[in-house]
Amino acid sequence: MKVTINKQEFDYQGDPSMPLLWFIRDELKMTGTKYSCGMALCGACTVHLDGEPTRSCQLPMAAIGDKAVTTIEGLSEDGSHPVQQAWREHNVPQCGYCQSGQMMQAASLVNKQKPVTDEQIESHMSGNICRCGTYPRIRAAVKSAAESIAVKVTE
Amino acid sequence: MSDSTVSQSRRTFLKRSVTASGFTLGVALLPATRGHAMFANAPESDNFAPNVFISFADDGKVEITCHRSEMGQQVRTSIPQIMMEELGADWQQVTIKQATGDAKYGDQNTDGSRSVRRNFQRLREAGATAALMLCTAAAKGWQVDPYECVTENHFVVHKPTGRKVPFADVVGVAAKLPVPKQGDLKLKARDNWTQIGKAVPSVDLTGMTTGTAVYGQDIVMDNMLYAVIQRPPVLFSSIKSSNQAEVKKMAGVVDVIDMPGASAPALFNPLGGIAVLATNTWLAWQACNALKTEWQTSDNASYNSDDYQQALLDNAAKPGEVVRKLGDFAQATTDAAKVVDASYYAPHLAQAPMEPPAATAVVTADSAEIWACVQSPQTARQQVAGALKMPVENVTINVTLLGGGFGRKAKPDFAVEAALLAKQAGRPVKVVWRREDDIKHGYYHSVSGQRLSATLDADNQVTGWYHKTVFPPISSTFNPAANKPSDGELDLGHLDTPFDVPNLQLERGEANAHVRIGWMRSVANVYHAFAKESFVAELAHQTEVDHKDFLLQLIGKDRHIDFAASNAKYGNYGDDLNEYPVDTARLKNVINKVTDMADWDKREQQGRFLGLAAHRSFLSYSAAVIEVKVNSRGEWTIPKAWIAIDAGTVVNPDHVKAQCEGGLIYGISCAIGQITALNGEVTQSNFHDYLVARMPQTPVSIDVEIIETEALPGGVGEPPTPPAAPALANALFAATGQRFRNLPIPLNIKTA
Repeated sequence: MKVTINKQEFDYQGDPSMPLLWFIRDELKMTGTKYSCGMALCGACTVHLDGEPTRSCQLPMAAIGDKAVTTIEGLSEDGSHPVQQAWREHNVPQCGYCQSGQMMQAASLVNKQKPVTDEQIESHMSGNICRCGTYPRIRAAVKSAAESIAVKVTE
Repeated sequence: MSDSTVSQSRRTFLKRSVTASGFTLGVALLPATRGHAMFANAPESDNFAPNVFISFADDGKVEITCHRSEMGQQVRTSIPQIMMEELGADWQQVTIKQATGDAKYGDQNTDGSRSVRRNFQRLREAGATAALMLCTAAAKGWQVDPYECVTENHFVVHKPTGRKVPFADVVGVAAKLPVPKQGDLKLKARDNWTQIGKAVPSVDLTGMTTGTAVYGQDIVMDNMLYAVIQRPPVLFSSIKSSNQAEVKKMAGVVDVIDMPGASAPALFNPLGGIAVLATNTWLAWQACNALKTEWQTSDNASYNSDDYQQALLDNAAKPGEVVRKLGDFAQATTDAAKVVDASYYAPHLAQAPMEPPAATAVVTADSAEIWACVQSPQTARQQVAGALKMPVENVTINVTLLGGGFGRKAKPDFAVEAALLAKQAGRPVKVVWRREDDIKHGYYHSVSGQRLSATLDADNQVTGWYHKTVFPPISSTFNPAANKPSDGELDLGHLDTPFDVPNLQLERGEANAHVRIGWMRSVANVYHAFAKESFVAELAHQTEVDHKDFLLQLIGKDRHIDFAASNAKYGNYGDDLNEYPVDTARLKNVINKVTDMADWDKREQQGRFLGLAAHRSFLSYSAAVIEVKVNSRGEWTIPKAWIAIDAGTVVNPDHVKAQCEGGLIYGISCAIGQITALNGEVTQSNFHDYLVARMPQTPVSIDVEIIETEALPGGVGEPPTPPAAPALANALFAATGQRFRNLPIPLNIKTA
């Protein structure tokens, strides 16, 4: 089967029930997408499927079809997506392990909805766990990323 | 200074200097004199002379080696930052190298919130040594006194004349100079600090925001196999039979290997079980799930958490072994107008770092190289060398970034697993712990039962304080006979009870371990602070005194706790009590500060429900106020929290702020999570049944205040955690009148 990841097409011949996470990590050796729970409970493996946040640990290869997959490596070419910039501005990461998933989850919100309310941020981000407890900074960073996109749109 | 002056200087220096081949500075400084008292039973590595390495390339670029593991505390920024203060280099021309595990760096065991405080002085000296050598080299060229020169922004500057020369032009000369003695160093005056105390951005921010940062789980090698291990469900049970041969035929499976069986003491040894090696993680995982294994029984199969909880609390209610005593508590009880007592229970917890443990190994006949997310690479090196029966010199431990550690990754059992499997497979092997492995086969934060009792006179003054603590100790992991709280654990929030009462009695009781017990962020401080600070709030309520006022009065007058007066020996986190006294003024100061921040005195008229707790740990003082809202369904949220910390001198205030935010949230997780066992097997398996705080359970915002002080640096990574659980319990009591003495606190308290 053919899958498109970060605008590049790949061929996959293995077990169609294998979750996308392992194709990305073990076959493509792109390790920015993280494994943490394997049960769609924590969000560390979040990628975009046609722009929708999706837990790659629970997405079988067979279910991708012709939808475009975007991973943290493809979120922007140079780390300049407003969410990535906001993450640096607010010094969000501590250990950093969950942050690829957090940023992908956050990007799917701010890419289509601006500005965002505190309640929307909480409800959108509550599936993503961070054991370092960066949640207050995530809230602030999502907000400023959304604002910076809103500014660009109105400019 | 004009560019031409710089060029002139450069030519002059190039003429005078021999070919610069770069110079590496090995700075041997103070010998390690402070053992890590708490974990005396653990295979330890504290006895190495500290060395720190700064190296310069020919072009003047600097490589700074960070010898501590990065697990979110930003140590890869703060350790270089301390050196940079004296080094005078330009961050743009500095790269940070992660040290392998090697005795030459001194202690590398990244735990106990001690990376900064134990390295502060010697890292400044390491930077100053390099700077003085650069100054001496430049001074030779200028024929001036080296002490008239300073290093700034990657130049040596002659202060009286303003002449300057880039590092690149003097490294060759500096390389030939003798290393100055410690006494020759003149460290910058505190007023002149430009790095320490500054919010330098973290060096790994770009990698962490682009997916390029490399963690233990991320190691990839040519020809590598992925291993997933089915471990015995009960500690020290062994394989009776399994279908290894059948599983070996499954797609992608290369080998199925029985691991060596484990027995007490657990140490840092692998747990045994059956490893499946396959061509990717998924295939290994699927095949591992297909293993149908029968296990031999083990004594630990008797472990049932419900029974154990009752036994702990029963034991806590009986007289125990006195560990600190002042006055006569029994007499105080007889004389009291009122005696209040309460029991508290806190379950096992799993550290549950977001990155489950992982290690990759390449093993040859006489060497081994490991890439792993370990907090203590020297311990990993010793363990791997021991398992492979190889000299430690032949083992290299490369430390990746740690996707959280919290104490779990101080135990390198997973590195040993990788080494054993790579040896047998004859090719690189990565051992991937699944979340289920992490939750079910951990080194758990201990389960505890505690009894507190206070005597009050007719004026509601506290005349006596009693606290008995019972829990299986961490030392049981190293010595199966260890069955009572160790001295080191009592030091964490029990023996150092700071209350000014004439009659004090602190006791411990016996408890046997049935799972591996290990340290977790803040260790015994978590449950000790929970019981102590909850009980203070209970007493305040009973005596109808404001909690803050009651707590301040109980702590009493400004003083340093005199342990000798109560015949107690306090370990003080391995540090000198003269340098780091238990200072009640500092404890009261953070309480006053945090209650001011939270507008505590107006909470009732404003209809806000606040809970307060304060605790000294790891030589720092922290106090937190948590505000809760409880809706009609009984679900609580935390609109706001405040925390004040006195951690002495701080290196990077933004990191300290982040640790206060994150540490408090980790402490909220400690209040809602639990690990239980049934017939010796851990019941929980993943984040659906092992609850950790998600965004809705955490404060919408946290205000942090760092007390400005010139006191010696204290710990930062752990002190913000202990006040969280009692502050939350106290806030919920304020809101609902429900008192939570047994953790966990449910997310919906109406179902409690």
